[in-house]
Amino acid sequence: MTNPITTNDAGGTIEEAAVRKAISSTPRPERASALAAALAFGWRGMLKIRHVPEQLLDVTVTPVMFVLMFTYLFGGAIEGSTSAYRDFVLPGVLVMAVIFTTVYCGISINTDLTKGVLDRFRSLPIWSPAPLLGALLGDCVRYLVAATVIIVLGLILGFRPENGVPGVLAAVGLVVIFSFALSWVFTTVGLLMRSPNAVMNAGFMAIFPITFLSNVYVREDTLPSGLKAFVDVNPITHLTTASRDLMGGTVQAENLIVVLGTAIVLTAVFLPLTTRLYRRA
Amino acid sequence: MTGYSLAIEAEGLKKHFGETKAVDGVNLAVPTGAVYGVLGPNGAGKTTTIRMLATLLQPDGGSARVLGHDIVREADAVRGLVSLTGQLASVDEDLNGRENLILLGLLLGLKRPAAKERADELLEAFDLTEAATRLVKNYSGGMRRRLDIAASLVVTPELMFLDEPTTGLDPRSRNQVWDIVRALAEAGTTILLCTQYLEEADQLAEGIAVIDHGRVIAEGTPAQLKASVGGGALHVRLLDPEQRPEAERILTERLGSAVLEPDPARLSSQCADAERGADAVAELSRNGITVADFSLGQPSLDEVFLALTGHPAEDDETAETTAEAA
Repeated sequence: MTNPITTNDAGGTIEEAAVRKAISSTPRPERASALAAALAFGWRGMLKIRHVPEQLLDVTVTPVMFVLMFTYLFGGAIEGSTSAYRDFVLPGVLVMAVIFTTVYCGISINTDLTKGVLDRFRSLPIWSPAPLLGALLGDCVRYLVAATVIIVLGLILGFRPENGVPGVLAAVGLVVIFSFALSWVFTTVGLLMRSPNAVMNAGFMAIFPITFLSNVYVREDTLPSGLKAFVDVNPITHLTTASRDLMGGTVQAENLIVVLGTAIVLTAVFLPLTTRLYRRA
Repeated sequence: MTGYSLAIEAEGLKKHFGETKAVDGVNLAVPTGAVYGVLGPNGAGKTTTIRMLATLLQPDGGSARVLGHDIVREADAVRGLVSLTGQLASVDEDLNGRENLILLGLLLGLKRPAAKERADELLEAFDLTEAATRLVKNYSGGMRRRLDIAASLVVTPELMFLDEPTTGLDPRSRNQVWDIVRALAEAGTTILLCTQYLEEADQLAEGIAVIDHGRVIAEGTPAQLKASVGGGALHVRLLDPEQRPEAERILTERLGSAVLEPDPARLSSQCADAERGADAVAELSRNGITVADFSLGQPSLDEVFLALTGHPAEDDETAETTAEAA
């Protein structure tokens, strides 16, 4: 039977024989290992970044704008000189830029959910957390891109951190670790909300106050006492202080403990929650 | 081919969402190697049933075995044998067609070169080679469906779930999908096909279960089902609704029965024979009744439902339709 049975959009044909050959030719392979499945999802994350680079633009343009605007508009007023303020604000904007990026993992998981592709992944015989872990690989690239953009911008503007390359790398590493933990909050949100837009709105509504009500832009001792109390306990404040100190000072153990402790708590609560919701989505 | 005579055995399968009894005690016995149709209107519980059988949803009651494995206790074994082509095309829109197939190959355990080779083979078979490097979001509905089905075949499944594979497709794309399903059936793949169209089930399926309000209300071969409804139907639309009682009388006289449809200008009669149908229409004209249009066809899902349940198929749940529009 080689008769063409239909013509398609482009005028080609679907050969019944070809379809039959295609469906008969595969012996079922060994199941993919957990690692192979996670890596395959990581590859998917990379492909998405390549096909939809606008995503990266979104998360890098805002922080760049903030650095320029705050440094040159408010820098003199806040810190006495633009260069002093630049050195103060840059590690903070690094924190903000990477933290903003975490919202995207919630948006992308919600997109998979609402578009139906999650159904296919969940019906596959694979290690079930693989899609989530694989997505983290894609996130990691986004975090590093956001961090690199800010650091490079800083260097162009004359930022020369005292502790040099190792200090900057340590700060970026700490920020990335915290962001991984925070991303589980957004995957949970992503699995609960109805549309990617809703996730984006909810995400940024939470992220904006949390990052602004910290010491990213101003020193906490200039704040009224009520606000200062909040800013002092905000983990973003500790993260910002720690990355400032890692880049150009001496890091205090207390800040590291708060940052890593928060990361552990967030992961311990939201990772299992995400996995559970994912299985039932 | 496989060791079991039944590919799917479901007993009293239930799923409730709050007050809504989406699936309310479904029994199914699907033989291995057959295309089995599940026919019902939107909201009848078809998709929910498929999602339970494909291990995506946990049933609230009842039990089911797929290819001999319990869908709850042995979900992982079930996943290793089935593939799902969901109602929403379950492919990644931000990737191109080839990448979608390679990804699934990798996830199913193929090594990268084998996954690539397999992807190209399927693209070729489903006439998507030219579109291979285009992003799926730019595909037509028919191409997307073909890719979706190809994605379900990266590793040949023993059982394939097809949820409304032709809803929203133009007739030509629909025929292509039908051809693919036939080729799959010829090759011995068991297929559970959910559809709203009696014609589709008639064309493809060897057995049909009609489902309504979460329950199976009739079961049989397409021929049995159509026989229970009365074969075909003549549909007539009048220019003047005032003339309907007169038309009803004439059609009843000529064809033995007539049903008034919700539209005040429409009525229909059971009629399997084209000649008698044409003759009845001519008789209407001879009596001065102006026929705006008429058609002779297979009974619609509505008529099947009317015959089986005494009420027309209702769209009593908009969830499925909205999901589709999204």
